[in-house]
Amino acid sequence: MISDGVSESVISLDRVSVSFPVYQGGSRSLKKRVLYHGSAGRIGRDASHKIIIEALREVSFSLSAGDRLALIGANGAGKTTLLRTIAGIYEPIEGSVVTRGRISPMFDISLGIDADLSGYDNIRLRALLLGLSPGEIEQYLPDIAQFTELDEYLDMPVRTYSSGMILRLGFAVATCFQPEILLMDEWILAGDAHFMGRAEARVRSFIERASVMVLASHNLPLCSRWCTMGVWLDQGRVKEVGPVDKVIKQYTTSVAQGGSR
Amino acid sequence: MLAKRKSASQFNRAVADFAAAVELRPLWIRLGWNDILYRYRRSTLGPLWSTANTAIMVIALGLVYSQIFNMPIRQLLPYICAGLIVWGFISSIMLDAGTLFSGSESYIKQIRLPYSLHACRFVFSKLILLAHDFLIYIVVIVYFEAWPGAVALCAIPGFLLLTINALLISLTIGMASARFRDIPRLIASFIQVVFLITPIIWTPDLLGPRVYLAYANPLFHLIEVVRAPLLGSLPSVQTVTSTLAITATNLVVTIWFFVRFRGRIAYWI
Repeated sequence: MISDGVSESVISLDRVSVSFPVYQGGSRSLKKRVLYHGSAGRIGRDASHKIIIEALREVSFSLSAGDRLALIGANGAGKTTLLRTIAGIYEPIEGSVVTRGRISPMFDISLGIDADLSGYDNIRLRALLLGLSPGEIEQYLPDIAQFTELDEYLDMPVRTYSSGMILRLGFAVATCFQPEILLMDEWILAGDAHFMGRAEARVRSFIERASVMVLASHNLPLCSRWCTMGVWLDQGRVKEVGPVDKVIKQYTTSVAQGGSR
Repeated sequence: MLAKRKSASQFNRAVADFAAAVELRPLWIRLGWNDILYRYRRSTLGPLWSTANTAIMVIALGLVYSQIFNMPIRQLLPYICAGLIVWGFISSIMLDAGTLFSGSESYIKQIRLPYSLHACRFVFSKLILLAHDFLIYIVVIVYFEAWPGAVALCAIPGFLLLTINALLISLTIGMASARFRDIPRLIASFIQVVFLITPIIWTPDLLGPRVYLAYANPLFHLIEVVRAPLLGSLPSVQTVTSTLAITATNLVVTIWFFVRFRGRIAYWI
């Protein structure tokens, strides 16, 4: 459940606002900037051309151990930005993000994948990226290798893998050490049915060990199966927060009525 | 009051960033090695191609300029060799640091890593390339029997200072280029001039009474602090103090930049 007490929460966001400067044309150029200021604004008028996009506006919620949160909303609602803010990639302009525990982000399957290295070497590299020590990696390696079910493929360069196989590899590494916080973007849906079943079992097993998961997805049935809580984002604002089925219901009703206005 | 607390926390975050990068040594060492291995996989000689390039330059410039300056080749060629190797390190740092953050976009946007880690990885792989080039120096001193003696060991502290400066400047250039995309091009256009006005293929005493033109050049001191011991003499007191002053300035400027703009890097790229 969403708790009020900050003390026990694993993730807590307090009035978080994130806005992006969109630099266009001349605002990317130092030369134009210098010319613009040097000529008191007569030359290079586009040097100060800057648009600010408010991606998140006053987002507040907190999650405690065992919560699985689904982020739903239209494209561009701020789901990915919110995931990245929780991961600490974007530091918010206003408000605060407090997280407790090791974060395992799974936003991009191909991150840190060196196509010329073997599957084993890629597992090691990815585990290093997630903050594991070389000793821990060797300890987890058999477990990871087994979960990927890639067998002899693991000795071959990742160049020869399909995207589904890379996904299996990435998922196995990201979940091998029972992360306290698992953040997932929708690409997780790329796996085949067999893999999805195993992935779900794995996610369940470490949720039981008191972890928190945040999943951003358009796949509503998957959200309601995997998650307990839901946050409906609309144009960067939290429109609804609560038990996942209730939020999904409100969201689908709103979409059926023709837009989220 | 609030702003003050905010800047204090920014400072702590910047320090934590450096500390985390030190902690993550295995990661940036691996990534830096992979950068080098990648070049070896693409061609058998790998980075040795650029070493061969440097070697040709050392020989050609040594032959021609010893005639122009009317200096014995066994004196000028080792000088040019040591200077070019150090310059190769400095110039490749300045030229390639522009893509430090914009080139690591896929990492920065996917996972939280300390920003200084990218600088460590970058400088580490440049150090390995430098080690390749160092082979030329060894060949040259063996060929000319120009043994520098135990003084050569004094190149090590000088080299450490140079590496610290490389780390700092690559962070600053990386950040500035993430915001202003024309900075790498600006650097590329002025680096050629810097090469020609810095005593690398010519010695500062050729300037005669205008020798201050060399001494006023910070890059001269950064090169000389490594080059002089490699050629068998101690760097002058002036060079050592200048190098320390440059390092201190670099440190203050980079820390100021890093504390101020570190949190913006993810937004810029």
